[in-house]
Amino acid sequence: MKTDQLISSLVADRTPPKPFGRRLTLSLLAGALISLGLFVVILGPRHDLAEALATWRFDFKIALMTFTLLLAFGFCRAVARPVAPPHPARGLLLAVAAMGVALALELIVAPSDSWGRRLVGTNSMICLSAIPFFSLAPLVALLAILRSGAPSSPALAGAAAGLLAAACGATLYAFHCFDDSPLFVATWYSLAALPVVAIGAVAGHRLLRW
Amino acid sequence: MRLARGGDEGAYRQLLGHVAIWLRGVARRGLARAGLGVEDSEDIVQDTLLAMHLKRDSWDDSQPLEPWLHAIARHKLVDHLRRRGFRQQVDIEDQAETLAAPRADDEGSSLDAHQMLSTLPERQRSIVVAISVEGHSARAVGERLGMSEGAVRVALHRALKLLASAYRRERP
Repeated sequence: MKTDQLISSLVADRTPPKPFGRRLTLSLLAGALISLGLFVVILGPRHDLAEALATWRFDFKIALMTFTLLLAFGFCRAVARPVAPPHPARGLLLAVAAMGVALALELIVAPSDSWGRRLVGTNSMICLSAIPFFSLAPLVALLAILRSGAPSSPALAGAAAGLLAAACGATLYAFHCFDDSPLFVATWYSLAALPVVAIGAVAGHRLLRW
Repeated sequence: MRLARGGDEGAYRQLLGHVAIWLRGVARRGLARAGLGVEDSEDIVQDTLLAMHLKRDSWDDSQPLEPWLHAIARHKLVDHLRRRGFRQQVDIEDQAETLAAPRADDEGSSLDAHQMLSTLPERQRSIVVAISVEGHSARAVGERLGMSEGAVRVALHRALKLLASAYRRERP
């Protein structure tokens, strides 16, 4: 086929544009809804949710998860394009900074002999399995949509999708988890996100090439 | 591109025509620099044009178009060179000054046209041939095949996607 002939068929293909950001949002919502359903059936929110909402540690945990979710969304959308802004991950440092402030506050207000107990918590094993589990549906949905993107680095885009999916899973799980200490959240939530990011990177490397 | 998004076919054709000429230069220089023959350069041009078309939604229209075109061209060139076992930093930017140098000779893809098109299902192939080689409009093709214009366009879009993946598979 001659290139001019190819161009003729490209010009004739007038598939309407589909804004990429909106499709990414929709896929995240779809994945999150599946995870929400699983969450309600399997774990459900903690029974003392109303009291928990009155404590700063719980509120901070939810706020941080939501904040991370938003930042990870921006990161994922940025690296799905062939021309990414110079420092796409910079926004995520804001979440790290917020975590640092909360950690410092916790170390000041909590007596030092309780640090160990707060760090280890009671739920770490559930946390490590539940967050990756609730991340799966969003990850699959995001990767499916990212295949229509054009990431300059497929592995990075996959990792970003993993981070976004993990933030989604962690936001859900945070409503169940009784361990509200920033010490626990910083340690176990991050550890739980790592395998999801890794799976995302490997899957991205294989599936998002174009 | 903005006009093309608004449905201006003439503007889109002109844009793709210019880009094809530029890509031809980029592909030939890239292959020559890698010590490879330039005979498959048209494959790279066509593969890149297909990618630009199918992934045009990944261009953020608040940003300039040229960096986006460059990024896709570089990605596809690197991809082709890698498949041929060539690993080295590829920089298309230093070739940018020759961007406007017109080189309109279009030799067609070295991959046999029938071989590429034969990867498509019968109906899609006849649609692509009717539109691209014979130059019919989607409506005329629809009337001939007894399909609505919309159905022709849907089939055409699917065919282009299949062609893009065929390019990925068929290359050495």
